[in-house]
Amino acid sequence: MSATTPQSGVARLAEAFAARRRPAALMPYVMGGFPTLADSLAIARACIEVGADVIELGVPYSDPLADGPVIQAAGARALAGGADLAGVLEVARAIAPEVPVVVMAYANMVLAPGAQRFLERLRIAGASGLIVPDLPLEESGRLRAIADALGIALVPLIAPTTPQRRLAQIAACARGFLYLVSVTGTTGERSLEELRYAELIAAARPHTQLPLALGFGIASAEHARAAVQAGAEGVVIGSRLVRAAEAAERPAEAVAEVLARIAEGLVR
Amino acid sequence: MAGTIEQRFGPYGGRYVPETLMPALQELEAAWSQARVDRSFQAQLSAQLSEFAGRPTPIYPARRLSEQLGWEVLLKREDLNHTGSHKLNNALGQVLLAQRMGKRRIIAETGAGQHGVATATACARCGLECVVYMGAEDVRRQRPNVQRMALLGARVVAVQAGARTLKEAVSAAIRDWVANVESTHYVIGSAVGPAPYPALVRDLQRVIGSEARAQVLERCGRLPGRVIACVGGGSNAIGIFSAFLEDAQVQLIGVEAGGEGLAGSRHGAPLTVRGRPGVLHGSLSAVLQDEEGQIREAHSVSAGLDYPGAGPEHAFLRDSGRARYVAVTDAQALAAFRKLCRLEGIIPALESAHALAWLADDAPPGELDLLCLSGRGDKDLAEVIALSEGAAGAAQGELEGR
Repeated sequence: MSATTPQSGVARLAEAFAARRRPAALMPYVMGGFPTLADSLAIARACIEVGADVIELGVPYSDPLADGPVIQAAGARALAGGADLAGVLEVARAIAPEVPVVVMAYANMVLAPGAQRFLERLRIAGASGLIVPDLPLEESGRLRAIADALGIALVPLIAPTTPQRRLAQIAACARGFLYLVSVTGTTGERSLEELRYAELIAAARPHTQLPLALGFGIASAEHARAAVQAGAEGVVIGSRLVRAAEAAERPAEAVAEVLARIAEGLVR
Repeated sequence: MAGTIEQRFGPYGGRYVPETLMPALQELEAAWSQARVDRSFQAQLSAQLSEFAGRPTPIYPARRLSEQLGWEVLLKREDLNHTGSHKLNNALGQVLLAQRMGKRRIIAETGAGQHGVATATACARCGLECVVYMGAEDVRRQRPNVQRMALLGARVVAVQAGARTLKEAVSAAIRDWVANVESTHYVIGSAVGPAPYPALVRDLQRVIGSEARAQVLERCGRLPGRVIACVGGGSNAIGIFSAFLEDAQVQLIGVEAGGEGLAGSRHGAPLTVRGRPGVLHGSLSAVLQDEEGQIREAHSVSAGLDYPGAGPEHAFLRDSGRARYVAVTDAQALAAFRKLCRLEGIIPALESAHALAWLADDAPPGELDLLCLSGRGDKDLAEVIALSEGAAGAAQGELEGR
């Protein structure tokens, strides 16, 4: 791993995983600007109250290829409401003192201002990491070099379709944690039978010392428990929370309630 | 066609996709690099192109159009290809390739419906399951093609997101592929998408240019001065251009959708307006986007050109100066559509009418032009008639008000 200062995002993420109070870190996904910017900040704060170890903060995008219908619709609504990168980074800035923030943004938004400028804005906002779901290993070298220099963890994704050799290459370039996509598909809730947690963890474990976080499809305490039993060191909960925010009169309370229930599953 | 398959065209192209798809793209690249030099595969494909698709398509000297313009124009008649457009060349090739790869399920996106019909046709012929994603707005304005796909046994999924046109159809198809990648091949319809698609589609459409080049030489004893084709994603254009790339004296002209004019945002001409390059549907290329990198909605009267991106090889050809890209408006394309009906007895696709409109309205005089008539316009009748009635109604209202 590259040289990092004690204040770097990489170090903060390492600390957060080390200091987690549950067997797996609780990592809620919050769509910035959904239903409104103020709501998304309130939702993020409510998640911290429940005990989030890391917050994944989504930047709404016009063409989110890795996302299922719930997050797609939330992003479209956030954009229609005027959400932009500056607004989402304000949310990051507000919560970053309390919890490490990993921004999730699509490649074109990262490339639009230039990778250097994009990452500098992230650093100024206090973000610890970045996930770019449509930037595979082959396209990510330059972005990773800049992120390393700025101490921001560029977190890669591993899919169920990723072969062993490729998995080793990706793991060798991973920073912060390794994000294991738990289903062959886009984001969205899944039944337990569709999930291949143990298989994925077993495939990834030999290739990295970094924490392994499972995401995509985790929507209940049962999912969370299954993830812990499979050996996950973090669970990302996305669509289920976005759906809770969508349906509620008080989005932050609704999300907190759902997240607290899922967190109860994070036991051995 | 031996040699490696391009991942990039200059800075353009690449693979900007979710990790889930990366192994499938590598598998597809390996399969195509073998198949395109495999004699038995090529023989099988070329037999299908002649026996089933009806190739070679003729070149036709458009005499009355030529008289009116004052120079000679030849039309490459892809409208006479089975299913009514050049799209079948690519669909047949990719479906054969999918069979060779052992895939049993085929998905496709479609704008005007021509690629959807071509893919449904190829699947019916090979007995494969076929699902076609189509924007709900295009389902409305290209009704006959929706009915044809259903007859051919395909399932058409109307996509409700965004502007409900081609961009969203491609996104929906990619998401389906992410979820079903192990069983499914995605037959992308244009020279866009992550590598190896832009090169794969170009290789399969090159038959247009190879035939046309030989036909023009045989007929006229020389090469054309200009080769002209419409560009949405740009598959018919790259197919005809690719056979002339080495002929430095032949000008290559790509005609994009100018929509309501390039001054506003309602057009589909990313190559012509030369904005900052961006990533759309897996590759870096010319794309319509805002300051932050949000993709803008395109607009065109022609569903097949109603797309905010263009193939990466076109962006490269533009930058290198080898090809030139221009745009014509909806109104110009509609006028050219009518003109070809009356002058030559050919009802062109609205997409192809854009190339004709540039020739009829904006082109400097030529001497021998070759224009790719990429498809026939039966699918566009309802839309053109409705727009004409709308225009006639408005004109009538204006007269009465005066």
